[in-house]
Amino acid sequence: MDAAPAPDLPDDLLPEPFRRWFAGRGWAPRAHQLELLAKARAGRSALLIAPTGAGKTLAGFLPSLVELSQRARARNSVRPPGVHTLYISPLKALAVDVARNLERPAAEMDLAVRIETRTGDTPASRRQRQRRDPPDILLTTPEQIALLLASGDGEALFGDLRRIVLDELHALAGSKRGDLLSLGLARLRALAPQAQTVGLSATVADPDTLRRWLVPQAREGEMGDVVIAQAGAAPELSMLDSVAHVPWAGHTARHSLKEIYALIAANTTTLVFVNTRMQAELLFQELWHINDANLPIALHHGSLDVSQRRRVEAAMGEGRLKAVVCTSSLDLGIDWGAVDLVVNVGAPKGSSRLMQRIGRANHRLDEPSRAVLVPANRFEVLECRAALEAVRAGAQDSAVIRTGALDVLAQHVLGMACAGPFAADDLYAEVISAEPYAGLVRQDFDDVLDFVATGGYALRAYERFARIRRMKDGRWRVANPEVAQQYRLNVGTIVEASMLKVRLAGAKSRFGGRVLGEVEEYFVETMSPGDTFVFAGEVLEYLAIVDEEVRVARSNAKEPKVPSYAGGKFPLSTFLAARVRALLADPAGWSALPGQVHEWLELQKLRSRLPGREDLLVETFPRGGRYHLVAYPFEGRLAHQTLGMLLTRRLDRAGLHPLGFMANDYALVIYGARDMSLAIQQGRLSLDALFDADMLGDDLEDWLAESALMKRTFRQCAVIGGLIERRFPGREKNARQVTMSTDLVYDVLRRHEPGHVLLRAARADAATGLLDIRRLSDMLTRIRGRIDHVALERVSPLAVPVMLEIGREMVAGGASEALLAEAEDELIREAMDGASDGGNGAGDGWRA
Amino acid sequence: MHRTAETARETDGGHDGTAVALAGVALVLDAAGALWWPAERMLIVADLHLEKGSSFAARGVPLPPYDSRATLTLLARIVERRRPRTLVALGDSFHDRGGADRLAGEERATLAALMRGCEMVWIAGNHDPDPVPGFGGICAEELRIGPLTLRHEPAVEPGEGEIAGHFHPVARVVVRGRSLRRRCFATDGRRLVMPALGAYAGGLNVRDAALARLFAPAYEAHLVGAARTYRIAHHACLPDR
Repeated sequence: MDAAPAPDLPDDLLPEPFRRWFAGRGWAPRAHQLELLAKARAGRSALLIAPTGAGKTLAGFLPSLVELSQRARARNSVRPPGVHTLYISPLKALAVDVARNLERPAAEMDLAVRIETRTGDTPASRRQRQRRDPPDILLTTPEQIALLLASGDGEALFGDLRRIVLDELHALAGSKRGDLLSLGLARLRALAPQAQTVGLSATVADPDTLRRWLVPQAREGEMGDVVIAQAGAAPELSMLDSVAHVPWAGHTARHSLKEIYALIAANTTTLVFVNTRMQAELLFQELWHINDANLPIALHHGSLDVSQRRRVEAAMGEGRLKAVVCTSSLDLGIDWGAVDLVVNVGAPKGSSRLMQRIGRANHRLDEPSRAVLVPANRFEVLECRAALEAVRAGAQDSAVIRTGALDVLAQHVLGMACAGPFAADDLYAEVISAEPYAGLVRQDFDDVLDFVATGGYALRAYERFARIRRMKDGRWRVANPEVAQQYRLNVGTIVEASMLKVRLAGAKSRFGGRVLGEVEEYFVETMSPGDTFVFAGEVLEYLAIVDEEVRVARSNAKEPKVPSYAGGKFPLSTFLAARVRALLADPAGWSALPGQVHEWLELQKLRSRLPGREDLLVETFPRGGRYHLVAYPFEGRLAHQTLGMLLTRRLDRAGLHPLGFMANDYALVIYGARDMSLAIQQGRLSLDALFDADMLGDDLEDWLAESALMKRTFRQCAVIGGLIERRFPGREKNARQVTMSTDLVYDVLRRHEPGHVLLRAARADAATGLLDIRRLSDMLTRIRGRIDHVALERVSPLAVPVMLEIGREMVAGGASEALLAEAEDELIREAMDGASDGGNGAGDGWRA
Repeated sequence: MHRTAETARETDGGHDGTAVALAGVALVLDAAGALWWPAERMLIVADLHLEKGSSFAARGVPLPPYDSRATLTLLARIVERRRPRTLVALGDSFHDRGGADRLAGEERATLAALMRGCEMVWIAGNHDPDPVPGFGGICAEELRIGPLTLRHEPAVEPGEGEIAGHFHPVARVVVRGRSLRRRCFATDGRRLVMPALGAYAGGLNVRDAALARLFAPAYEAHLVGAARTYRIAHHACLPDR
């Protein structure tokens, strides 16, 4: 079923039982499977890049199975007591699934190999047994590795390790979870220098980074080998050319609903991907509204209750579903052979993500995957077009360049102290052998060490409360057993404190109903009792928060009052943004676009100007008694929000009274009470000065002082770094509550020790995370001296989408003081009107 | 878009404050979170929770050790501005019994300096039931002056003219889709519960039953802002999260 093995490989790579097994199934080993066997024989670590359906996992394990079968045969040798092969996956479900798939060839070839998983769900008795009597192959997750290494059993478990298999490495590298894994790998290599590492990855723009992951970074740029599997058939990709009017804004793709339904009906099993949980909820509802044939269509996203997700996955595995509406929750995961179509609703945001999703259809390599893109608005048509071209060219988003996070390093350092005493020099050498930390300077390492020991403050107040201490021989050890206990409770890089369970209030009482899933805390914060929202496929009424849970009731309302929440929204990738700009700048290519979109761009050209490939188009115009400034950086929503915050501050200082702003992935609009066209014309406002990169200095610092996003970022670093515990007393509901909020810690630390290592970690996160400062910085540098301003009489065609977002998702431009004053004013107005309950829903119906 | 962000203050607003009446006595809500009684030249602050950071550090949670400095700096500025004859700390001045001993030299000096120009009264709190040996001043369970009673924990009986702390009231409002949470004074004109002044003192929502039950049905919150307080009726404040 595949090409013959490459001719230059020795033909004895596969022992006889394996040949028979392949032959018995009518298979031939694939070239990349044999190549990995050859790498193993040569003692080389290697990265396997292969599309889904290429037998990637089996390729990763074949060398292990061969070695283990030969070892079992050599009866006279004593079986080494440790784990032979360690498999690490980003998903525990995947680890369990892979273990199951591995059992089959092992059983059929009668190999005496013990294969076991270890996840958060593994019972304590089995975990203990695994430590006493380790399996040959252990399948697990990065967090479990951290725990095992910190337990002190690392050497006994992994001293004999021969092979490490890292699955979906592209999904782990570049994240904090990846950082944690890389540090664990460094320790594994110290315990077992003989072990080889195999990385399994989808196609990536820069395989060299992943290749460096596989070997210690003793010398700069050292890399594992790479094996590239034969590409599968090219995917069949198209964009849905909807007959209906293409909306100006919004993300629901309602206009294409009938066409999506027809696609579901016409195929065996369809995965319908959307970008946010809210979109998943809405689309799922709408599909059921028109589901006259009662097709089994299910819903899957990360906020739904785990048991519900598992039921959907099981039904999928049994082929009982016609379609699943899902988010990135199904980007990775177990293979479902029956999926024959992927529908991506909304813009794909990045070409790599899109390719990953497309690969979820049809896991047979020799047949093309089929995918249909459904843009939800006009800009998304441009984005889909750019993405289609990128996928056809096989062009990937390049990964964001980042270095290993210091908060993760702090967690690891504490874990290593729990494992046993260490010398700082040795641990530093080990840490910089990990790819993400290869460039870590000694001073940063020492700061982290100091932080772990006593908090790392310039004011040396906590020496006697140290968590790790130096012994006489200079090595570091944990101060007491409670520290190790604390470490175990805090391990991991996923901070879930910001999610709240959603529970249906019972029929008779308000308590004890079914849990529907979880929502982000900040979403709940903007709601008042009585508000309705869509969740778990129904319209729900928000009643109250009870015992840290959101209590809801089913509502008869047809339309939810609270329109959306952004959970799981990804910003447009830099790579795709550049392609969209190029598409806009080249009218010759517009003929490939749907007629309405083509007309829209022609009209923009006529009425205003088109954004240049490298320029920044800025339009100013009056509308509805207000004055608007619209800029088109195409740098994604997060960077635009940060830019909007900073520009608003500057315009405020310039006396132009901005009232607010709104950002989407492509543009941002700032609106205010003063004529900005006039101010520019009279030279009172300079756009070059307004957009000067110096806004990333003091203005940014000022804003960060009160930015809720920054505080959220800090909280995550504080939890991961072990400054505060995951289950922190600040969340108690207790009348005598003396709470501690990380916001307060942030304020105090920022004022008194702005250079503290945790603040540095938080700033590094902000640069690439929620605030996307690095991208903003790159953009400001790019457009310096290239601002193309046009003053208009009225709104331009291109500005309409972002203008329509005003009022849809409010991002307040003003500082919080102005908002407090507004709340007070509202109260006064209310008092004057004689109303007793200001319609905020917080009337007497609620009592805590 | 935003989760509620709390803000610790060390800036001292410095406007004249908001006049309120409690049991007929004219008082001023100082924007920095203190209470000013002009007729008595008395400054009242609540729940300083000094050395809370080191209290956590002793339990393996090394919070930044700057909370006492931040709190005392703020207090010193208010004292500087108001020049009180009497300064009353309404209890929980130290986060635990060992707090006074852990207070570092520089902060001790700040405290001593701000006490120099006035008579200091330490009211006992539940965190510091026998307050503050060695810092001077008077220690008391409660203080009665004219129609007003100053104590740490509000009494069970509806206290006419009671000024208390203990609960660290905070109020939350949602304005234009943004949730704001601030420390606040809570009062119904008969009783007044003070906001905590301590940099690490968190808060209890004014809508929580434990606080709401202390007041007549129509109580209000005065939110502590950067330079002034903001008056919001209880029904316009939202329960937490």
